[in-house]
Parts: sequence; C-alpha cells; structure tokens
Amino acid sequence: MIEVWHAFIKAIELIVSLDPEVMEIAGRSLGISATSVILASLICLPLGGLIHFYRFPGKRVLINVIQTLFSIPSVCIGLLVFVLFSRAGPIGGLNLLFTPTTMVIGHMMLITPILLGLTISALSGVDKAIKDTALSLGASDFQAVIIISKEARFAIVAAIIMGFGRAVSELGIALMVGGNIRGFTRVLTSAIALESQKGELEMAIALGIILLSLSFIVNVVLNRIQQR
Amino acid sequence: MVIVEVRNLSKRFGEKESLKNINIKVESGEVLALIGPTGAGKTTLLRLIDLLDMPTSGRIYFDDTDVTQLGKVGLETRRRMAFVSQKPVVFNTTVYNNIAYGLKWRGVGKSSIRQKVDNILEMVNLSDHKNRNAGTLSGGEAQRVAIARAIAVEPEVLLLDEPTANLDPISTSRIEELITNIIHRYGTTIVMTTHDMAQGQRLADRIVVLINGEVHQVGERSEVFAFPRDREVAEFVGMKNIFLVEFKGSKAWLQNLEVELGREMKDAQGYLAIRPEDIVISRERLSSSMRNNFRGVISKIIREGFYYEVQVKVGWVIFKVLITGNALSELDLREGASIYLAFKSTAIHTFQ
Repeated sequence: MIEVWHAFIKAIELIVSLDPEVMEIAGRSLGISATSVILASLICLPLGGLIHFYRFPGKRVLINVIQTLFSIPSVCIGLLVFVLFSRAGPIGGLNLLFTPTTMVIGHMMLITPILLGLTISALSGVDKAIKDTALSLGASDFQAVIIISKEARFAIVAAIIMGFGRAVSELGIALMVGGNIRGFTRVLTSAIALESQKGELEMAIALGIILLSLSFIVNVVLNRIQQR
Repeated sequence: MVIVEVRNLSKRFGEKESLKNINIKVESGEVLALIGPTGAGKTTLLRLIDLLDMPTSGRIYFDDTDVTQLGKVGLETRRRMAFVSQKPVVFNTTVYNNIAYGLKWRGVGKSSIRQKVDNILEMVNLSDHKNRNAGTLSGGEAQRVAIARAIAVEPEVLLLDEPTANLDPISTSRIEELITNIIHRYGTTIVMTTHDMAQGQRLADRIVVLINGEVHQVGERSEVFAFPRDREVAEFVGMKNIFLVEFKGSKAWLQNLEVELGREMKDAQGYLAIRPEDIVISRERLSSSMRNNFRGVISKIIREGFYYEVQVKVGWVIFKVLITGNALSELDLREGASIYLAFKSTAIHTFQ
C-alpha cells in the first residue's frame, strides 16, 4: 500500500514538474484524438443531418446498424485498419502503418457511429413544432434545417464530447496500428499499459491522472462553448 | 377584395376525413374567426391555408392565384403570411433573435431588422426581456413573442390558431388586447380559430362555424349567435335547452308539454332551442304576454361565475335557466322549490 502511495506522490511530481516525456505523450494523445474528432465531426454532422431529414428505404435499418456499432470493440477496428494498411493489405503501399495518420483513421472509424447516431437522435429530439414555426415564418427548407440544428446544438455537442472520450480512452487501435513507438505513436493509453507492465507505477499513475484531467478539461471547454 | 379563398377543400388523414368540401372566402382587411369544438378541423384548415400541409383535394387561392403547391410558390406565398400556433413555440435563443428570424430569412438588412424588432418589442411590452432566452418566459409572454415574431414580417394575412387556448384569463385578455391593437394599427387580414364563442364575438367581423370538418354556418358575428342555422350550431353558441319535438301546426309537443310557437311549422319531427337567459322564473304564475307558462320544481342550482344556472324539472323535461345572484336571493330559490317558468314564442328557435 505504501508503495502505491509513493507512486502516487511521484506521479504528482512528474506532472507538476512538467516532465518532458509525460507532456509529450499527453500532447500527442490530445492531438490525435482532437484531429480525429474534428475530421469525423465534419463528415458525421452533415451526414447525420442528411439521414435525419431525408426519407429513404432502409432508413430505420441503417439507424439500427449505426446504433449497434456504438459498442464495437476498438480491437476490431484496430484489426481492420491493420489488415488494410499492412504490407500485404489493399493499401499497404501507402506505408502508413504505425503512424499517427493511421491512428487518426482508426479513431475516426471508431467514433463515426457514435457521432452519426447521436447527431440523428439530437435532431429527432427537436420538437416538430420548431420546423413548422420556421416554415410558417418564411424559412426555406435549408433555413429550417439550420434552425433545427441550432435547436439541437446541446445534444450535438454532447455527441462530440462522447466521441472525444471514446477516442482518447481507447487502447486497441493505439496498440495495433500505432505500435506504441516512443516519441512517435506512443499515447496515454498505450503508455499506461506499457509502464504498468514494466512495473513503473508512478509513471502509469501520472499518465492516468493526466488522461482523466484531459477529458475533464475538454468537457469544460466544450460546455463553455455551447452555453454561449 | 378577396385575399384568400379555399375551394372544395378536403383533407383526409388515413381513414379520417378531417375536412369535407370546405369553401371559404376571406376578405382583405377583415377578421375571420373559425369557431367550432375541439377536433372540428380548425387547425387543419389553418395549416392548409398556410401551405404547411397539402389538401387531399381542392384548391387554395391567394390574391386570385392558385397557390396549392409546395416548393417555390409555396415558400413565396407563405412569406406573405404568418402563423401563430396554439402552443407557444419559441426558438432556444434570445427574445430579440426570435423576433428577428422571419426578417433575416427574408434577407432584410441588419439595421432595418434592429429598428423593426425594437419597435415591435415596445408594442408587445417585452423590451425589458429583449436579451433574455425566450425559453425562460412564461406561457403568456412566450405567446406574445410568437405574435410579435409573426407581425414583424408584416404579413398580409395573419393566421392565429387558438392564440389563447392555453393561457390564464389575464394573459388571455392581454393577448386579445394585442390582437385588437394589431387590427387597428396594421389593418392586417386575420384568420383565427377559437373554440370560445365569446372570443370570436369580441374579435371577429365574421364567423365561420366548423363542426366535424364541415362548415355549418357563415355570417356576421352577431348573426351566428342570434340565429344559429342548425341544432349543432345552436348547441355550440350556448343554447343549452335543445329538445327533440314533434311539430304540429303552430305548436310543438315536447313530450307531454304543449309549446306555443307563434308561427306555423311543417308537421314533422325537429328540434326546438331556447337560450337559458331567455327563460323567466317567478314564484307566481305570470299573467304577461308570454305564451308559454309552465310549473316546475328546481332540481339543481349551479354557480357559473357571476350567474347561476337553475335547472327546472317540468314533467320529464329539464329546462336550464340563467339568472343573476340577485334574482336568486330575491326569489329565494332553492333546490326542491316549486316555481313557474315562462318564455316568449319569439325566443324559440326551431330546426327541422
């Protein structure tokens, strides 16, 4: 028990002293997760809108599939990306395996169902009367879509927060397609796994605390933005 | 000049035919009230006029042009109207932005929007709440925002769907005052729905009575109230005494009571209606010109605001009579008391 307590104290020291390696790993985690969330949002928010606003055959089935994929294990995505990008894979020639780029791609695939599904449910959560009111006040169809999306903004930001949380906390993709290469693809989760296996508890705990703090800060910032 | 006209309009939702062959003309500058009980199809009709829904059959004309379509014509026509729904709907943003939206969507410039919105905020008495989130307003305030938002776009036709249905009496009278102001100030053509006959009388020039998806009567506001054309309208305008009778010559047999009509009727079954305020109650038999005098027993007294509804049983028939509190205490009326009631033959409405 004392050993754990010591590790905890040392972890705090590592954070307070802005240990270069710890900071570098945290920065990379934030960068990769943020990039994937931003890119995925750019695709998923409009796409979710299209799925919500247009009627087409198989819509309900599609939404069910999307919701099922909420809980897809990250190792499955990791495996898929690994197979796609490995030397013998269909796009192995790009030589992208074990780079931050493939990690971003993996993360995007992981959180796309969450962003799509939650965007659709955010938009369906808007009272139908809002659309009628907008149209009756002379909004074109496009202007009505914009105002409905604005009404759904809280729920949409919640979707983005969920997506970020999933991306920053997953391990499967980071290990399988990132490779946990020191100074290149090592992120918080893969570093925690490695350090605790090595018995470097203080380092693992420090990284764990940072991971939690990072999620907390992103949450606070996004909440601030949506309250404006 | 007719500004809106609907011809042979029908709307069906699955099996249910909500509107059946409706024909209405709305004159420019008038206030037309569609009145009728809940579920009569009033909202459906208003939504069709605003081109929010398409009719199953029939056409809608705006300024003599057939506008029965969505898309570009629908949008352009809709931009000449504004619609306020029964449930106050506000966008989750400031009061100011709520009112500005319609103008923004029409491409009005920023400074012009600011001026117009500020003027209207003053008119609806919400200037203090300009920067408040509209979602935090009370029902009455939210409805005023909704009305302000509608008149901000200076519509040629304002459609109001039961604008006071969900509000308390004070908010209701404020909204009615606001509507009266709009009529005086802008001369906007208004088509409104209400299930409140009294509100229709207070605000409207003409009244259309809609019952079960059909137009039962169209007329000046006093006309519909004074001369309902059929039993359903009579019931709706508050004639509480409506009886199935057998007409014979100038008399009607109401079970075993002989009612003097003062005019000849075809010998057949039909309905007879008397307004509760047209019946007089007395302790002694009145020797007046009133041809119909009956002796009965008070079965129930119900308070209705400033008035009392006294139910009098004559034989098997129950008459409902409206009297003031003063009359009640002067005549010392109580349940079980034996009294006389009388009514003129001119107070009797007949429907065959």
